[in-house]
Amino acid sequence: MSAPVVEPDALAHPESGEGRKRPRSYKGPIALGVIALVALVGLGFFTSSDTETTFSFAKNSDFFTIPDLTVPSLMAVIVLTVIALLLAVYSLVLATNHRKPGIWLPVVYGIAIIGALLTTAGAGRDNTSIQFTSLLTSSLFLAVPLVFGALAGTICERSGIVNIAIEGQLLAGAFLAALVGSMAGNAYIGMVVAPLAGAAVGAILAVFATKYWVDQIVVGVVLNLLVLGLTGFFFNTVMSDNPNLNQSLNMQSIDIPVLSSIPIIGPVLFQQNLLVYILYVTVIVTQIMLFKSRWGLRVRAVGEHPKAADTVGIKVNRTRLRNTILGGAVAGLGGAFFTVASGLAFGNNMSAGKGYIALAAMILGRWSPRGALVAALLFGFADALRVQLGIIGSDIPSEFLAMTPYLATILAVAGLVGHSRAPAAENIPYKK
Amino acid sequence: MKLELQGITKKFGDFTANDAIDLVVSPGKVHALLGENGAGKSTLMNVLFGLYDADGGQILLDGEPTVFSDPGDAMDAGIGMVHQHFMLVPVFTVAESLMLGHEDVKGPAKLLNLDAARDKVKELSERFGFHIDPDAIIEDLSVGAQQRVEIIKALSRDAKVLILDEPTAVLTPQETDELLEIVGQLRDSGTAVVLITHKLREVKAIADDITVIRRGKVVGTASPSDSQEELASLMVGRSVSMAVDKEPAEPGDAALTVDGLSVVDEETDITLLDNVSFELRAGEVLAVAGVQGNGQTELAEAILGLTKTDAGSVTLDGERLTGRSIRSVLDAGVGFVPEDRTEDGVVADFTIINNLILDLYDRAPYSKRGSLQPSVLRENADTQVENFDVRTTSIDALTGSLSGGNQQKVVLARELSRDLKLLIASQPTRGLDVGSIEFVHKRIIEERDKGVAVLVVSSELDEVYALADRIAVMYHGKIVDIVSPDTDRDTLGLMMAGAHSKEEVA
Amino acid sequence: MSEQPVTQTPPEAPEPEAPRRDWGTAWRHVVESSGLVVAMAILAALLIAGLLVIIVDPAVQDAAKYFFAQPADFFKAAWDALWSVYSAIFQGAVVNLDSSTFAGTIRPFTQTLTQATPLIFAGLGLGIGFRAGMFNIGAQGQLLIGATLGAYIGFAWDLPFPLHLVLAILGCAVGGAIWGFIPGILKAKTGAHEVIVTIMLNYIALNLVAWLLSLDAFKVNDVQSNPKSPLVETSAQYPLLLGGNFNLHWGFVLALVCAWGVWWLMERSTLGFEIRAAGANARAARTAGMSVTKTTILVMTIAGALAGLAGSTFVLGTEKALTDATGGTVGFDAITVALLGRSRPVGTVFAAILFGGLQAAGPTLQTQADLRPDIIFVIQALVVLFIAAPPLVRTMFRLPVPAHEKVVAA
Repeated sequence: MSAPVVEPDALAHPESGEGRKRPRSYKGPIALGVIALVALVGLGFFTSSDTETTFSFAKNSDFFTIPDLTVPSLMAVIVLTVIALLLAVYSLVLATNHRKPGIWLPVVYGIAIIGALLTTAGAGRDNTSIQFTSLLTSSLFLAVPLVFGALAGTICERSGIVNIAIEGQLLAGAFLAALVGSMAGNAYIGMVVAPLAGAAVGAILAVFATKYWVDQIVVGVVLNLLVLGLTGFFFNTVMSDNPNLNQSLNMQSIDIPVLSSIPIIGPVLFQQNLLVYILYVTVIVTQIMLFKSRWGLRVRAVGEHPKAADTVGIKVNRTRLRNTILGGAVAGLGGAFFTVASGLAFGNNMSAGKGYIALAAMILGRWSPRGALVAALLFGFADALRVQLGIIGSDIPSEFLAMTPYLATILAVAGLVGHSRAPAAENIPYKK
Repeated sequence: MKLELQGITKKFGDFTANDAIDLVVSPGKVHALLGENGAGKSTLMNVLFGLYDADGGQILLDGEPTVFSDPGDAMDAGIGMVHQHFMLVPVFTVAESLMLGHEDVKGPAKLLNLDAARDKVKELSERFGFHIDPDAIIEDLSVGAQQRVEIIKALSRDAKVLILDEPTAVLTPQETDELLEIVGQLRDSGTAVVLITHKLREVKAIADDITVIRRGKVVGTASPSDSQEELASLMVGRSVSMAVDKEPAEPGDAALTVDGLSVVDEETDITLLDNVSFELRAGEVLAVAGVQGNGQTELAEAILGLTKTDAGSVTLDGERLTGRSIRSVLDAGVGFVPEDRTEDGVVADFTIINNLILDLYDRAPYSKRGSLQPSVLRENADTQVENFDVRTTSIDALTGSLSGGNQQKVVLARELSRDLKLLIASQPTRGLDVGSIEFVHKRIIEERDKGVAVLVVSSELDEVYALADRIAVMYHGKIVDIVSPDTDRDTLGLMMAGAHSKEEVA
Repeated sequence: MSEQPVTQTPPEAPEPEAPRRDWGTAWRHVVESSGLVVAMAILAALLIAGLLVIIVDPAVQDAAKYFFAQPADFFKAAWDALWSVYSAIFQGAVVNLDSSTFAGTIRPFTQTLTQATPLIFAGLGLGIGFRAGMFNIGAQGQLLIGATLGAYIGFAWDLPFPLHLVLAILGCAVGGAIWGFIPGILKAKTGAHEVIVTIMLNYIALNLVAWLLSLDAFKVNDVQSNPKSPLVETSAQYPLLLGGNFNLHWGFVLALVCAWGVWWLMERSTLGFEIRAAGANARAARTAGMSVTKTTILVMTIAGALAGLAGSTFVLGTEKALTDATGGTVGFDAITVALLGRSRPVGTVFAAILFGGLQAAGPTLQTQADLRPDIIFVIQALVVLFIAAPPLVRTMFRLPVPAHEKVVAA
């Protein structure tokens, strides 16, 4: 050896990012593969070989009519699930090379699996067909409280507050919407006040979390119970004594001119009531605000590294307080879905656990509004599917269909989103 | 801008962290705030920066009394701070980090003007030769680069006073030199710089004025021309030598053999430990030196089994340790003092009693047939607290309520209460006061003299010199070389930056 | 290391003075104790619930209309409303002073203990989870699956008395354990968050039981509308503890035994030591050679088994058959029980008796005060909310702040 041997990279500038490789994860591909296999075997078993499945897409209001589609059931199931299986294998290959598939893969995969499920469900029903368009319409509708709930969760958790109280916020919103709407005799007024109820629940959560440093999961669970008790109490006393305080109100669905006549898309997206249109706006606005605005930057900083936010003069606890109240308000608005937006009077425990599903949607959606929307739609679809299959009758027990979204969530949290990260400062009180 | 602190006092409960501190910082000067860990330097700066409210005293800017209610005020007044633990959001880009807190917006929707932030990063980074990509994600950057992002952050807000809190703790000697150069550049451009540190060499290299604080009080000012010994005795209050009284080692046979040990990060495929081989003899201290993050942590954890190894083997007295559970490695006679004692060494919410048996609980006499023996545990705790001089009100106190030094004594007491063949101590005195450091060092040498093989991992060269019988220098996951403790600092410094051969360097 | 004087004691800090024994100090110990906070929290919850009842009471509302003319009427109506609630709770949960027989008098308290039994079981399980740092929301599902397996053994097998009962109880425990094992292993092996997984498993369990109840094996006969399983054989039922006049069964004793067992497990056993260490600091536990994977799985499995035993109190005790509503809201109520009991076995038993009492008062609330049990949820939630935030309760009742919390607050 002659001169001091300084390795070249010691002198290289370390800030170049060092070309860190994408983490290698096999959980996703494995989960996809398992689901596809289960679908192939399970659905194949339920589908008899000599039947056909018919899908219909058309609505009277369409510009033109898309013809019904009829396929041989078993063949279609096998083709679709094998496609899904191949996609799983492809994603496995990508994973070994440290690459991640584009967004197209899960989309195509999902369509294949769902298509297979629908084909099985509609097999051999000569008189009925899978009403594809109305299936999607009700999917979207049933997803409404989930989307609002998941957005509420996202807004709170991005600032570092875990919001288990979505359930209570939905229920409180449903209650207040029914009460005020009935008093005013107008569903829209009910919808407008619903956020107040959710915000109030959010405010309690925020105060306990930021002022008393109570574990946020504990407060959330307890608030759900509190709202359940309070709304039930008033429902059984004041509302049952004065039925005019709890009427069935309705919000007309509003057809957007021209757009509503596009086949499939029109009826699904543009023949809905006002709450659904508000939903579109809320998702888009939250998505942009969270990632492109000053507010969003600060909120995310507070949720990831509150001390860092504090050192640049951002008020951590005030930000959390505001966000939790805002999130509560969004969930409260979603609560209006159960009563005024569905044409129903208030009933005990109407939200029936949707808040917890919304929480799952938030996690599946990786704490982004866009993701929350997609995940909530999946849950809504499963719900709608169960309803429709219940109507046309199916060989698959409806309980198993009802289980699918929950099973999918477990597989997802165990496999697919193993690497998604919650905001780092979640459920940690900020103490100076 | 001239910054003056007059009589700043800050108390936490009964504890006075800052006691009537005076400090004057002038433009175009580097003012070093020198003091040991725990002397109250960071507290003072947090008061100045508006993170803590002072209990007394005032802050003057150009002679005007000023009150900062939060860091935003301080920044608006032209004070910038680079914290010891970086205040950067790991998932943000550099440009986003730069904007946070004083965001520039554009358009009717008032969305973030990221382009402006990018330009600013590029401009400042070019001016100082930083090479920072505005779109890089913070957590992907090296520590040195993150520090530069912090400096850019402060400069982008036109800081007239820049506070650097222990800025070199995480840097290689070479990176340190680069930083000091940057500090010099800033001084020349008229910025007032406050350098908080306990490293005397840096102070001597760059400071114009020196204020020394000890136990929350200003104990004097000094000049950079004073000798290191003078500065040191001012800092710790008595004349100290870091050297530990120890006899020359009498090493026995090879106890620990590490052969071709490699660790690859499972997810990123980055090699953290690269084909490391060495022998450690009974009754000898091998100190592993190196800048933090060069594989030392992984080496210690791989020997214990905390980190999965990809190749190579570890044997202790002929017994193969690789592939065994942590439990059985501990049982083979390995004692482990982890680098991060609050995270890995103790359970803060457990009593001292329980922390003293954290890895002994299922052995006799502490438990019998799966049942803990409370009276035995109490006796054990009484004895250990006494022997290791753990300062506590009660053995029932929660360990988290102890000072760092006393927590470390609890860890040490526990690990040394087994019959050891090998003791692994990672950063055994990080953050401790001088008294505890001496105590810990003494105990480690005692173990060596009992014939235990000792592996010390330390990024403090002073500690390495104080303890080592041989020094292994690590760089980029490899052992650069194993040298004798006579090797001088400059040579070690170059080796820590990857230079290979000691002969050639010298 | 940054300087954090809040938690650091200066090395030569003087020993704190030994507490002086005088009456002032003694009184301060009482008012600073968490026991007093618990009592005050319960009191505050009852007061707020009373306030709600007053607000919705029609007589009070009527009297309020002419409040300024005759305020006495208003206060009398309010008092009547309050009295009816509190006396209904007392008579329904503690003793019935109106009854002429001794059995009738003490019957309410035995009902309280009966209602408390499943809460004790499930609360114990959740408490272990909390102390291990896991938030198990899945007691509902674990209870249902346990109840299903136990009930099936109870009605489908034909065995003599003690053996049949023991096997049915074990069936409940095993069923619950399986349903707890799933989130445990998923968390340990894949990091799946137990809150989400247990919520999902609750719904899956509900659907699974609904489906099972539609099968022939679980139907009493084909022409049944209500989904309900056949009755469990007498040989597999918990014997009654106080004779035929009372519903209280031996399940209560088993619950107390389990409470003792959990105490031993958590406080005395080496396994409990591991569980607590893993819950308080998983990294330190791992460094000390413990297997956090093992404790995670074990804790969830044990919690599941205890929730399953909670299910046994319905199918082998009070209801003697499986329905899709078996367990009611016990799974969720048990969360509040465990929180109120601070995850300690003794606390859990008392919390369960408190909430069991409130539930036992449900029927009397309905008959005597014309109130549905919703008000009980409100009381339950408020109690836990207040207890979770001692500073709030202290502010409400102007209690002094304990010395050891002052430093933290500073």
